[in-house]
Amino acid sequence: MALIDQLNQLEQEALAALERAADLTALAEWKSTYLGKQGALSRLSRGLGALPAEERPAAGARFNAARATLEQALERAEAQLKRAARQHAFEADRVDVTLPGRAPAIGRLHPTTQMLRTIYNVLGEMGFQVWESPEVETDEFNFQLLNMPPDHPARDMWDTFYVETGPGEPTLLLRTHTSPGQIYAMRANAPNPVRAILPGKCYRYEQVTARHEMQFFQVEGIAIGEQISFTDLKGTLVAFAERLYGKGVKTRFRPSYFPFTEPSVEFDIECFLCGGAGCRVCKHSGWLEILGAGMIHPTVLRNGGYDPEKVSGFAFGMGPERMAMLRYGIDDIRWFFSGDERFLQQF
Amino acid sequence: MRVPLSWLKEFVDITLPVEDLAERLTRAGLECEGIERIGVEGADLPWDPEKIIIGSILEVRQHPNADRLVLADVDYGAGVPHTVVTGAPNLFPYKDKGRLPKPLKGVFAREGAELYDGHAEGWVKMRLKGRPVRGIMSDAMLCSEKELGLSEDHEGVLILPDDAPVGMPLRDYLGDIVLKFDVLPNMARCLSILGVAREIAALTGAPLRMPEMTVVEDGPPIEGRVRVTIEEPDLCPRFTATLIEGVAVGPSPLWMQRRLTMAGMRPINNIVDISNYVMLELGGPNHMFDADRVADQHLIIRLARPGERLVTLDNKEHNLDASLGGGMLPLLVCDPQGPLSLAGVMGGASSEVSAATTRVLLEVAVWDPTIIRRMSAALRARSEASKRFERGVDYELPPLVQRRALSLLQRIAGGRVAQGMVDNYPRPWQPVTLDLTPREVRRIVGISLSAAEIADLLRPLGFACDLIDDGAAVRVTAPSSRRDITMLADLCEEIARMYGYDRIPLTLMADALPEQRNNPSLELELRVRDLLAGAGLDEAITYSLTSMAAVAAVNPADADASLYLRLANPLTPEREYLRRSLLPTLLEALAQNLRERERVLLFEIGRVYLKRAPGSDDPRPEEPRRLALALAGRRYERSWHTPDETVMDFFDLKGIVETLLSRLNISGVQYVPLTDDPRFHPGRAARLERDGRVLGVIGEVHPDVCERLEIAAPRAMAAELDLELIGALVEPVRYRAISRYPATTQDLSLVAAITVPAAQVAATIRKYAGALLESLTLFDVYEGEQVGAGKRSLTYRLVFRAPDRTLNDAEIAKIRQKIVRGLEHDLGATIRG
Ligand SMILES: [Zn+2]
Repeated sequence: MALIDQLNQLEQEALAALERAADLTALAEWKSTYLGKQGALSRLSRGLGALPAEERPAAGARFNAARATLEQALERAEAQLKRAARQHAFEADRVDVTLPGRAPAIGRLHPTTQMLRTIYNVLGEMGFQVWESPEVETDEFNFQLLNMPPDHPARDMWDTFYVETGPGEPTLLLRTHTSPGQIYAMRANAPNPVRAILPGKCYRYEQVTARHEMQFFQVEGIAIGEQISFTDLKGTLVAFAERLYGKGVKTRFRPSYFPFTEPSVEFDIECFLCGGAGCRVCKHSGWLEILGAGMIHPTVLRNGGYDPEKVSGFAFGMGPERMAMLRYGIDDIRWFFSGDERFLQQF
Repeated sequence: MRVPLSWLKEFVDITLPVEDLAERLTRAGLECEGIERIGVEGADLPWDPEKIIIGSILEVRQHPNADRLVLADVDYGAGVPHTVVTGAPNLFPYKDKGRLPKPLKGVFAREGAELYDGHAEGWVKMRLKGRPVRGIMSDAMLCSEKELGLSEDHEGVLILPDDAPVGMPLRDYLGDIVLKFDVLPNMARCLSILGVAREIAALTGAPLRMPEMTVVEDGPPIEGRVRVTIEEPDLCPRFTATLIEGVAVGPSPLWMQRRLTMAGMRPINNIVDISNYVMLELGGPNHMFDADRVADQHLIIRLARPGERLVTLDNKEHNLDASLGGGMLPLLVCDPQGPLSLAGVMGGASSEVSAATTRVLLEVAVWDPTIIRRMSAALRARSEASKRFERGVDYELPPLVQRRALSLLQRIAGGRVAQGMVDNYPRPWQPVTLDLTPREVRRIVGISLSAAEIADLLRPLGFACDLIDDGAAVRVTAPSSRRDITMLADLCEEIARMYGYDRIPLTLMADALPEQRNNPSLELELRVRDLLAGAGLDEAITYSLTSMAAVAAVNPADADASLYLRLANPLTPEREYLRRSLLPTLLEALAQNLRERERVLLFEIGRVYLKRAPGSDDPRPEEPRRLALALAGRRYERSWHTPDETVMDFFDLKGIVETLLSRLNISGVQYVPLTDDPRFHPGRAARLERDGRVLGVIGEVHPDVCERLEIAAPRAMAAELDLELIGALVEPVRYRAISRYPATTQDLSLVAAITVPAAQVAATIRKYAGALLESLTLFDVYEGEQVGAGKRSLTYRLVFRAPDRTLNDAEIAKIRQKIVRGLEHDLGATIRG
């Protein structure tokens, strides 16, 4: 039989044998039988030397082709076996993907903290910076410097906790608002312009109910400079509301009264719970009060060290708990200071 | 302020729907908080105009089969009278008198009418159904006030005035709408129907009408018969008095009673009701004396004298000393014999109008707001009158109030009015005049208006405006009703209000950004919160106020009240003292949460309040911030994949604290055993120190404390750290170059006496290892038989690395030997491997 015919036969035989190899051991054996140094193909190729010189190149090429064919076939067979083995392993490894995962234990920040951060971020972008001041205050800072001399009727707007003091000592109280911070921020900056946020805990002598707490947070903002007018107040508050409640949120400004601002304003947004149709939360008005504000009263500017004839400014204040209550639909403010995980773990 | 719409409409025409009116006023600064409807459409109980009708009771007969029922024949305009079965006691006197010569007017309800159940508790609606009552068909009724929702009264049927038109739907006769306003201190002028009407007139352009003021002065002149002496003109700038004689005290007419009721006041008798009515209507509080009980009809306005006493209308007797004037002597209206009333706050019992009164001396005055405020605060009796005086009453109002009251008195109670009025006016109204420029309006409000436009906005509110300086400014004079106007900013508000807050454009601040500053204290809080939340703790915010009992539950030694700031007016004993530690409230929260769950980790950042040393410059306490942590329960949430049942202990908390401090780049903190702090387990607590400064404490909560707080966990851990000091210790992060050479790892196991702290072992290793030791990790601690009593084995992994070369075995062996010898020498340790 001619060498080439023998080669063809060997090739067929080898491919058939490869078909029968069922595992990696059989493949290794097959490889040494046919492709090894002492394998069938190598042995047969020794016959090449006996061929006439002019036939040798063609026959050599045919041998190379056969080797390549078998090597490729082996590769394919190996790959297929690996796939099958992996498939098998996958089956053994299968899990119920609906079982709960391993949760990393990550804690949560208090909703008031989260609200405060949102406020700091939005106002921070407008150049307002945080200033903190004491919670236990004097009557002077909590009332008098804010245009509420003793016996001023507006003092009724804030029911006050007083701190026991010795005879002859100045009256101390728990601040009823963060407004005393205005004076500190002004005095630290006058006569230069300032934009400040005054956050912190405040206290009111008020029976604790679902809507009223004796302790709560407040954030006030002030902006003072040479060209600041009521239109800036409006623009700033609308920009703030749009950041918090969405572009194009409907807003309403209406006159109000605070002793430390003149003109004063109450800033409402359209109730996002009922879309303005009226509901229990907005007391059927369609509006939610979110901010009190106004142009800083000339007396307060003067007490802060500014000349009210040269500079003007605005102030605004809001309650982060109330804002969080609206945002999350919380119906009882008492949860905020309960330390109760059933509440804290919802935010 | 509750304002019935019908009353308001007497003063000004209102064409707007009531909701629009409310919105308009709200947008002008008079916030309408609610609209209450009575009997009209939209009310809780609308009175059906077809079924609830004014009727005339023609005759009342005994029910043939029931002693306690009567039959009433009612004409309600249908031609044929309808018989109604009723048990109303106020009809019994008319029983079996035949046809009444003067029929009574009542409210007739037909079958199908919806009413409130008169017998039910609260407000329960029912529909009137026909049914036989003791053999007589009853398919209609005469209504009580309760059944109509007018009041709680269900004693008898409502009797209407004689002139009530028969057949008219009750809705059209008594139906009304009440607007509820939240009147802020600067809008005190709107504490009256007139004031609200004036705002509406200014906003809508409708003319303002004044009520009927006709008085027939048919009595003798007042001059010489009534005298007024003001001893304190600064406290009583004006006092007017008039006299009406021959009045008959009795109930006031239904319309007046209804209006007073709707406005929130209780009808008493015609004299008192008129006094209140006029106050509500015009905003001028006034006082009616029984003239015969005022000696010499001489009123003297003076301060109290030592030892004087007064029994007020509410039958309380008061010592008239400075305690009743908030430090000032109380201001009185007296007669020559002594005090009659607390000026502007409360009348006295002795000169009160009674059923026998025939002569009324009518006082209308203006008082100093401060003295009124102090007296009403001291008396804890904020009356409708004092509320108005405190906020400032129009100086020019008293004559108007006098005329209106006299007109009503004469019409309703009869009597002859003495000619003239005593008007003692020692401190006349000084009008405020301000020059306002368009420039100032632009500076504050931000809008450009001409002087003429400014004047046009202010005039409807009653301001007198003159253009001055060739139209460059407006000279504005405020009306006497506007005592709140004192400066240009007040006028700017009026201009903005009238222009419309919503019409004012929006701008963003155009001035340069003010100088910005760092805020390390805030940044520290942000970082600490993020790190602790990342470590799995939830943030709590607890009360700043606590009680000595709560403090003592955590540490009896801390419950020394003298160290604490105490409220002068606490709401409850639980919230009486300002805290000096966050632990009592946070541990309370821990205990509470453990009743609900198996694993609780909490932290709080908050202030404590520390009294300053006496004589300090600042009267305020120090308010340093503290960080507290509290945790207890399972180390891992119960889950299918982590069957670990272990509970947290000291080292869980310590790990959190260590991680926090290391992330803040605070090093060198020492944990010194804390054995005598009653809050903590004496063997499982430490004081954190750094260079002799105490950062705080950390430990397992003492079992006694757990017992007192009912902490339901085998171990509870707590720490309290000084956040201010932590902030001061934060070091900036410095990058260390990363070596390109490989590390060499060595494990070292040693046995030392159990009394040698691990921290000391580690320090010793570090000391002898030198700079090539990159890290040191303790990964095994063993106590037991194999190492012998009183000893323990500690196994460390040491990683060595040089920045500039690969370390060779010889070098490492040399260092290791140094460490081993050091441990043996310094600590008496033996090396196991
Ligand atoms: Zn709503």
